[in-house]
Amino acid sequence: MSDTIEKAPSSGGAQKVSQINEVVIRIAGNSQDGIQAIGGFLARLAGRSEQEVMTFMTIPATISGGASIFQVRMGSGEVLSSGDEADVLLAFYQHSYDAHLASLKKGGIVLYDSDHVVPNEDLKKTYHHLGIPISGLTVEAIGGTAKDKGKNIFALGLIAKMFDLNMPKLEKLIGERFTGKDPSILNNALAAFHAGHANPLGNVLETFKFVDAQKKDGHQVVMNGNEAIGYGLIAAGVRFGAGYPITPWTDIMELLRRELPKYGGCFIQTEDEIAAISMAIGGSYAGRVAVTGSSGPGISLKTEALGWAIMAEMPLVIIDVQRGGPSTGMPTNIEQSDLNIAVNGGHGDAPRVVIAPANVEDCFYMAIEAVNIARKYSVPVILLTDQGIATRIEAFVEPNLEKVCQDISPDFTPIADHKPYDLSNANGISHHVPPGTKINSGKYPIVTGLEHDELGHPTGSPKLHMQMTAKRRKKLQALAATLPVPKIYGPSEGNVLLVGWGSTEGPIKEAVDRARAAGDSVSSIHLKHINPLPNGLENIFSGFNHVLVVEMNDEGLYGFGQFGAILRARYCDPKIQGINKTDGLTWKVKEILERTKTNLSAGLRKI
Amino acid sequence: MSETLLAKPVVSTTTPPTEERKGLTKKEVAADHPTWCPGCGDFSVLALYFKLIEKRKMWHEKITTIAGIGCSSRFPYFVQAHGAHYIHGRALPFASGISLSRPDLHVFVFGGDGDAFSIGGNHFTHTARKNIKMTYCVMDNWVYGLTKKQTSPTSPLGFKSKTDIWGAVDYPINPLKQAIAAGATFVARTTHTNPNHVLQMMEAAMDHDGFSFIECLSECVEFYEGAFDSSNPRKGGVFNEVPKSHDVTDELAAYKLAGTDFPGHFGIFYKNSKPTKNAREAEIIKSYQSKTAGLKDWQILQKNFDKMK
Ligand SMILES: Cc1ncc(C[n+]2csc(CCOP(=O)(O)OP(=O)(O)O)c2C)c(N)n1
Ligand code: SF4
Ligand SMILES: [Mg+2]
Repeated sequence: MSDTIEKAPSSGGAQKVSQINEVVIRIAGNSQDGIQAIGGFLARLAGRSEQEVMTFMTIPATISGGASIFQVRMGSGEVLSSGDEADVLLAFYQHSYDAHLASLKKGGIVLYDSDHVVPNEDLKKTYHHLGIPISGLTVEAIGGTAKDKGKNIFALGLIAKMFDLNMPKLEKLIGERFTGKDPSILNNALAAFHAGHANPLGNVLETFKFVDAQKKDGHQVVMNGNEAIGYGLIAAGVRFGAGYPITPWTDIMELLRRELPKYGGCFIQTEDEIAAISMAIGGSYAGRVAVTGSSGPGISLKTEALGWAIMAEMPLVIIDVQRGGPSTGMPTNIEQSDLNIAVNGGHGDAPRVVIAPANVEDCFYMAIEAVNIARKYSVPVILLTDQGIATRIEAFVEPNLEKVCQDISPDFTPIADHKPYDLSNANGISHHVPPGTKINSGKYPIVTGLEHDELGHPTGSPKLHMQMTAKRRKKLQALAATLPVPKIYGPSEGNVLLVGWGSTEGPIKEAVDRARAAGDSVSSIHLKHINPLPNGLENIFSGFNHVLVVEMNDEGLYGFGQFGAILRARYCDPKIQGINKTDGLTWKVKEILERTKTNLSAGLRKI
Repeated sequence: MSETLLAKPVVSTTTPPTEERKGLTKKEVAADHPTWCPGCGDFSVLALYFKLIEKRKMWHEKITTIAGIGCSSRFPYFVQAHGAHYIHGRALPFASGISLSRPDLHVFVFGGDGDAFSIGGNHFTHTARKNIKMTYCVMDNWVYGLTKKQTSPTSPLGFKSKTDIWGAVDYPINPLKQAIAAGATFVARTTHTNPNHVLQMMEAAMDHDGFSFIECLSECVEFYEGAFDSSNPRKGGVFNEVPKSHDVTDELAAYKLAGTDFPGHFGIFYKNSKPTKNAREAEIIKSYQSKTAGLKDWQILQKNFDKMK
């Protein structure tokens, strides 16, 4: 939020209304309190108000209950990250207050449930304290039976009051959320909401109003990364897949299981991840690109079958929602440490495609891109996301579904002849012909993981192994030639180029903005095509003295993160260095800036 | 609305649908000459599969022959039809992917005892319990053939292999009991030395709407010669069919019969009809699609997007 949130003395005791561009609200409590629901309402309201929004949440590691937070940043201008510091902290319990006050910026407002929280008197000077007996007032508003239910909606009313949010829109959202249920539930929710909104907000001297957002072309939709991938796959025409539950991938398989039947498809829950990828490959073999996915250890289990799909040249989409590893690792934390397994996992020379969305909108469109690359190049494509992007809610311009949705039904038209591993194309590309297709020559293809001749029959020929290995590589080189060179954020020449991939685009861009505002020469690029890389990156790197690869993974034995090491190997350029971290949390903008500074022994050259 | 994944895909064909296509001849359905050792039991299984295709007038493009890894699993290369040679132990989930998305195809899976009951054991259990429509023929030779004589999960106690030079010490799996306990809806046993019986079992398995499992004894002449002699009348053994009095729908009786000492019985041990996973998924699809009837795919998706505004 702009500096105006700093407490300003009001004239004549009336609350002052300040115009703001954006705000970061952190809601802290237990997961069963419906914290995600408040965040979700705010995010969707922002989407409907043509505002930008980004959220961040922690999934409690325990099954039910457990401390949980939801942070939402909404604003009239561009919102790049979920925010380093909160402007407002809503604390439901003592532990929420104690653990999260440090995330509040100095002078920020802590709104706490005075039925549960005893504030620290010493901190009252640093943060503006506003205690409201949220639990008690909620019970008062909706009757004593509901115990703790409804206090999230009461708190939403408080926030609506504080930020002068659009009441009819929020009421509509609440109505939509509680439709179909017992009408008394909706009535209670609305009662709690209005009671919250009617609260005089005690000693708060100032309320806020967003400046009008720029008109967006078209409506916005609001969803998280996992949902965007699920719906992207459906739009891409995927109608079959298989998976095994594991956080944070599970949401995608649940969505597909639930949604695909509407389109005549199905998603199968298998006995394990090996069966899941095998079944998906079987589905692809049967004629229509299928999907599987996992997180953490489940990805390790899939590697043998992935190698088969590469060898047999089967199209396939594999979603990897990264989490902290290795092994069971940090299931609900964020990490970008699967890049190596995505790019190289498995035995043998096994080139596959790896692409990584940078935001929720990308998740939707890149799911479609993954399907199309898989089909065109007959190759497995790994869509690499992470826990952060999976659960983060963002608003983006609604896709034109009529245009975007594609039909990839298999074609069973009889053909004269077919070689599944045709070597005649210089670019190595050949196509899969599914069973059901009559081949008039009477010679039918076998797809196989053994090294093979052009018809798929096993061979021990050194020459064929060389040719086929090159074929599998060449098609990725052909793909590389078609990939767009990433746009540089900031000037194309300067001192420092930050390089990112995956979910870190927002904080990196914001770091560039802040550095440049402070007079430092920093630009960034963000790579979405990881393997193969687009051509021409060397021309970008040559414009900078330092190329720093910002990643959420370990610096490795030799001092470079996983992507950093790939770029160093690819470009043999010693100015490529890494900025890495393994705390399981998203990058804060200030962390990136501090680490950039310490990384450059010479310090930043002023523009 | 798109065509149902689980419904028959529309196949355009140069052959007018009315024209009777002749059944394939052995010549048309044989591909590479098998690489098996001369005398290997797997040859007869292959020959009988050809017979089945010929007799039942299946067409090239409608057959998919799937296998994992092992001597027996090289099967698909020898069949002139669509096929896949997948990885060790995972042929069943691969085949399930085909079966569940393509009801118009016959899905046959062939493999060895190690492939089925060791590395693939869990898949066997789950494919059986889900009753996914396909025919699975395990060519049981009681040994790892391809990797040259290690103990297999069906090797009897005392079998001297390269990993048990003193004789196998682990209790073997009984494939039939395994299948019955897992919920397979068709469980049969045959042996490569009785061709008519093999064909009979294959036909019955193919006609079964569900997961049909055949354990076919198939001698490895290289690493376990004579393993099945006592089941072969030509070698002085006895070929006992499943008693006529046996009720194939009686699970307990089938389980008990499966426990008879070698050479035991041959024939159908268990057969039951219950809805396949294919049918159940098709039902779910049907009920969902009735709610979206008349809508194009993008319009169905639009409904979800409208809720996310
Ligand atoms: C993951 C994996 N582990 C091990 C092997 C090696 N391997 C190939 S076939 C086989 C066993 C074959 O025995 P069986 O399934 O009984 O088939 P048979 O050769 O007897 O027909 C083994 C261990 C492999 N190919 N893949
Ligand atoms: S090793 Fe045994 S199973 Fe393999 S081909 Fe030879 S005889 Fe058959
Ligand atoms: Mg064997």
